[in-house]
Amino acid sequence: MSKKGKEGWRKIPRAATVMCPGNAEAVETGTWRTYRPVHYDDKCIQCLQCWIVCPDDAIVVENEKVVGVDLYHCKGCGICAVQCPAKPKAIEMKLESEFAEEDEE
Amino acid sequence: MSQRVAMTGNEAAANALRQVNPDVAAVYPITPQTELMHNFSSFAADGKVKTEVVLVESEHSAMSATIGASASGARAITATAANGLALMWEVVYIAASMRLPIVMPVVNRALSGPINIHCDHSDTMGCRDSGWIQLYSENAQEAYDNTIQAFKIAEHPDVLLPAMATYDGFIISHTTETLDILEDEEVAKFVGEYKPEYSLLDPDHPITMGPLALPGFYYEQKRMQVEAMDNARKVIPQVAEEYRKLSGRGVAFLEEYLMDDAEVAILTLGSCAGTAKEAADEMRKQGVKAGLVKLRCFRPFPADEILEAINGVKVLGVMDRAISFGLDGGPVFNEVRSAAFGIRDLLLTGYIYGLGGRDVNVGDVREVFEDLVKAREAGEVKTVMNYVGLREEETYPEQELVCVPTE
Repeated sequence: MSKKGKEGWRKIPRAATVMCPGNAEAVETGTWRTYRPVHYDDKCIQCLQCWIVCPDDAIVVENEKVVGVDLYHCKGCGICAVQCPAKPKAIEMKLESEFAEEDEE
Repeated sequence: MSQRVAMTGNEAAANALRQVNPDVAAVYPITPQTELMHNFSSFAADGKVKTEVVLVESEHSAMSATIGASASGARAITATAANGLALMWEVVYIAASMRLPIVMPVVNRALSGPINIHCDHSDTMGCRDSGWIQLYSENAQEAYDNTIQAFKIAEHPDVLLPAMATYDGFIISHTTETLDILEDEEVAKFVGEYKPEYSLLDPDHPITMGPLALPGFYYEQKRMQVEAMDNARKVIPQVAEEYRKLSGRGVAFLEEYLMDDAEVAILTLGSCAGTAKEAADEMRKQGVKAGLVKLRCFRPFPADEILEAINGVKVLGVMDRAISFGLDGGPVFNEVRSAAFGIRDLLLTGYIYGLGGRDVNVGDVREVFEDLVKAREAGEVKTVMNYVGLREEETYPEQELVCVPTE
């Protein structure tokens, strides 16, 4: 009846107190996602607008260039894809179920 | 060394709080609690305690301020009654789930409506599932004793739950009785200094208390509260024993009165227990083997101890000063019946009494005992909803209530 998984009830801090400050980064919000943003490097014009609008700081930028999406934190809100001015768009939202097999590997 | 004094229940509780000398008290008046915090505020104004008294604008704020103070590492208190407790409801639960060892005397009073300022247990019985420890008192002496012990139980590292020390409105709160109070130093030493494991006012170790806990974590927190209550079951007798060594008084979960060979017994809590003792004495004189179980601790519920106490009893009547509408039997009755499930040869019945401060005297409780004797002879109970002291049409002189309209 009981479940195995992450921390059992005996190990969790009393009253859900957050003992280490600034730990929001450790929270996996990627599991909330229904649609996954897929970034196409060949279509990207590197305007960085997706990076500006992402509410979760999940657009990964290296050397002032978008290189991908941080799927651990991305909640799949889709704002990046809507905002993308490139034609055709460099970010496409795809159903998570399409990646089910890929993720298992 | 104790000192014998004459005090009302409110004065007794106020003196217990004075001797504990908490850091913060959030105060808001409500009858019949007002006199308690009135007295305590005088102690603060006179410099007899170091407590910071915070005047708030409602009971919701009183509990919120107490929670804030407790989370900051202070020993924090408030007190209330009836509708005040109802107004702070939301935050009462939060105090328990934040695992803050707040102590709150609650002066039992009937919940509105109709509006009524007198005693019954509808207020604290209503929040029996809030996660607070609940100690009930028979008289001013126990109001004093329970208030002091509540701190030591609540603050125990294995418990860390808030605790209510309750006593009956007016019957205890406003009646002057003689009682023994401990020396200030004895109480200070008994409760010790409150040293929280962590607090919000520690800049070297910043933490967040009371965060959001979604489906992934909420459930586990509730399981931890269950564990804390189970631990309180172990701590309450330890604290009671330590207090008994100091004062010569007190029980852990319940008091047994004439229970050694009792065949008919009453189980109740609060001031009615004193009345029931007198009634049991009178029944004994008539040759009835009558006894009483007085419940001191309602949360955690001492099921095993109750079963042990009523072992050998043939008929048990549970007297409730509160009703759960739509459920047969009051709250205490239903929990006792649950505890006694499967026990053969025990007739169990319930009595509602004293709602809205309706007097219950020795004769009333004697009638309950006589009813239990009848049930024993008949070998059955007809209903578990018996009403003590309720006016029935058949027995009350007919009255016409005439409303004359004015021209």
